[in-house]
Amino acid sequence: MEIIQIVGIGIIATILAVILKQQKPEFAIQVSIVTGLIIFIFVVGKLSYVIEVLSNLASRIDMDLLYFSTILKVIGVAYIAEFGAQIARDSGEGAIASKIELAGKILIMVLAVPVLTSLLDLIIKIIP
Amino acid sequence: MNIDLIFKIAAIGIVVSILHTVLSKAGKEEYAHIVTLAGVVIVLTMVLNLISRLFDSVKTIFQLY
Repeated sequence: MEIIQIVGIGIIATILAVILKQQKPEFAIQVSIVTGLIIFIFVVGKLSYVIEVLSNLASRIDMDLLYFSTILKVIGVAYIAEFGAQIARDSGEGAIASKIELAGKILIMVLAVPVLTSLLDLIIKIIP
Repeated sequence: MNIDLIFKIAAIGIVVSILHTVLSKAGKEEYAHIVTLAGVVIVLTMVLNLISRLFDSVKTIFQLY
């Protein structure tokens, strides 16, 4: 059972972070960053399996590969932006966290532009 | 899975805080701050490796190039 391991790591890291926060808050932040990274690296293998299955399905139903890779890119950008924003917010820097989230939204918008243009093309084609 | 890094960082933090207390009690405030700074830099170099690994794996999985 991997979830028990992950919860155990989380509890231990939380206790260590709380101990450190009294004396040295900067080390408590690093402990929480490393905990998040370790948990992510732990589940990343399973995530790649899920994405392989999804891309197999997408290729089977003869979907345009552009859309699928766009969705994947959006998820990746959103995950990284969320990670950075949460660390910044944990450290009490709400302003930086909001800026990171804004940047993530803008980059996702940029990634979604090809899909939007193809949708508009379709609409123009339908309208006589 | 290597959770040693969490314990390493926590241990460095505890040692640095003890050193900081001892040095500031001994009247060496400037050394206390240098010790804190060195500890933060050492821990940051360890964390940076892991962050670059995270970014690489996210890039390869989600095909962000």
